[in-house]
Amino acid sequence: MTKLEAIIQPGKFEDVKNALLEIGVEGMTVIEVRGHGRQKGHTEFYRGREYAVDVLPKVKIETVLADNMVDKAVAAITAAARTGKIGDGKIFLTKVDDAIRIRNDERGENAL
Amino acid sequence: MRFIRRYSPLIVALLLVGTLAAQVPANGASTASIEQLQQQIAEAKSNADNGWMLVCSALVLMMTGPGLALFYGGLVRRKNVLSTMMHSFAMMGIITILWGVVLFSLCFGSGNSFIGGFSHLFLNGVGAAPEPAYAPTIPLQTFMIYQLMFAVITPALISGAFAERMKFSAMTVFMVLWSIIVYAPMAHMVWGKGGLLNAALGGRFPTLDFAGGTVVHITSGVSALVCAIYLGKRIGYPRQPAPPHSVVLSFIGACLLWVGWFGFNAGSALSAGSLATSAFVATHFAAAAAAIAWAAAEWMHNGRPSALGAISGCVAGLVAITPASGFVGPMAAIVIGLIAGVVCFAMVVKVKSHFGYDDSLDAFGVHGVGGTLGAILTAVFATKLVNPIFKDAQGGALGSGMVDGNFSQIYNQLVGVGVAVVLAVVGTLAILKLVDMVIGLRVSPEQETQGLDVTLHGEEGYNWEGGVP
Repeated sequence: MTKLEAIIQPGKFEDVKNALLEIGVEGMTVIEVRGHGRQKGHTEFYRGREYAVDVLPKVKIETVLADNMVDKAVAAITAAARTGKIGDGKIFLTKVDDAIRIRNDERGENAL
Repeated sequence: MRFIRRYSPLIVALLLVGTLAAQVPANGASTASIEQLQQQIAEAKSNADNGWMLVCSALVLMMTGPGLALFYGGLVRRKNVLSTMMHSFAMMGIITILWGVVLFSLCFGSGNSFIGGFSHLFLNGVGAAPEPAYAPTIPLQTFMIYQLMFAVITPALISGAFAERMKFSAMTVFMVLWSIIVYAPMAHMVWGKGGLLNAALGGRFPTLDFAGGTVVHITSGVSALVCAIYLGKRIGYPRQPAPPHSVVLSFIGACLLWVGWFGFNAGSALSAGSLATSAFVATHFAAAAAAIAWAAAEWMHNGRPSALGAISGCVAGLVAITPASGFVGPMAAIVIGLIAGVVCFAMVVKVKSHFGYDDSLDAFGVHGVGGTLGAILTAVFATKLVNPIFKDAQGGALGSGMVDGNFSQIYNQLVGVGVAVVLAVVGTLAILKLVDMVIGLRVSPEQETQGLDVTLHGEEGYNWEGGVP
């Protein structure tokens, strides 16, 4: 099992979500986050005072996948979220030891 | 006691004779004092009217900001709340100046039957003296500031159609040109001296439009539709949902609109008398009926009545009663409100999705459709019992609408609607083409995705506190 964390532009979230549902990803957790990678932020002005906003709104999608789904999911996300410009986001993959469905104690990939 | 009762007629008669006798020697002086009294009465009435009209002017301004700004601001996504509110607020600035320079003159100066002239350029001749053709009891300056508030809110209404995707620069230029090319002729034709459609001053096609159904709502609503189609859909529409980011803001805005609308409609009596009361009452009943009608239609259609539906219905009812408000009684107002609530609901929910245009905040579905409906229903329900506007040669009241047996007024109303629609479509298209060529109408896709608040205005409606040290 692999945990997939994708940090993407908020405006791309609908497209990415639909792409994941299309390839059969059955569940996901979505968080509104702020952050930045190499992308610079922007400046905002309030009554002449300049504020550098360098942590920008992003959406983070977390989902744990059966190993045979990982490549498909990565391909789906990159295709849907890519604009080719800086700030498109990142995907992180980590191994997961186990998963437990709280409702009935199912474990492993059956719990996904 | 019996003595007094028996002789009371005699006592009264004696008293009367005594009073009259006392007046006879001072006849000359009393004429003067009667004149003085009459003048004082006229002054008191004028002051009362003026006070009411100043309050109404403020109420109508309140409809634009904060009313409309909140109503529209709540309906857009969080990233566009300020840009949307700025559409309304910018009109409070820009149209005000334009009005003082030239727009008032084009609307209400003497001109031909289509547009006013330049007689009131830079508010020349607009002072304390009343203009009897418009409002004989209030200073022309009061009339001017009251009408200004209408000119401010009308273009602001259009902004609902292009919210979340139009350049701010293009929007300001569009609105200035629109006010001159579409609003000014329409206002002059319906309300100006010598106007083609003016019912009060003997226009060629007297259109009954008490408070701006054609001038304000049809022009803005139809122009909104043209804008929505010309600019195209927002990115992702309708596949990607763009739900209101705060129905709470919209709710407050709609309630402020309801209150402000009393200034809009009852103020259009241009005096503080019983006609103002009648329009006030009609306005309130129509708004209530339409709010119920929309919510009920939604309840039947979707299984639940929503807050957004109820407030949208209230606005639709206020729009529809606008042309009729000074011509109909409260029961007719309820009927107008009920019809407006159901029809506008159907427009917004069914027809819009059928045709697939992206009128972001339903400026056409509510103002264009509600205004047209109101203009037509005015021909049905207008009655001389409320407002004897049509007179025969002897000054006797003629029937106003169908309820008075006047079936021909519907044609005049349709002419009024037709003129408003044609003017709005042609004028708006021409202006959009021009502004598109010179400035470009739409923001870039990147700006649209990131939101107009940050990209056009350099600020956010709701700041993330973590970002501020």
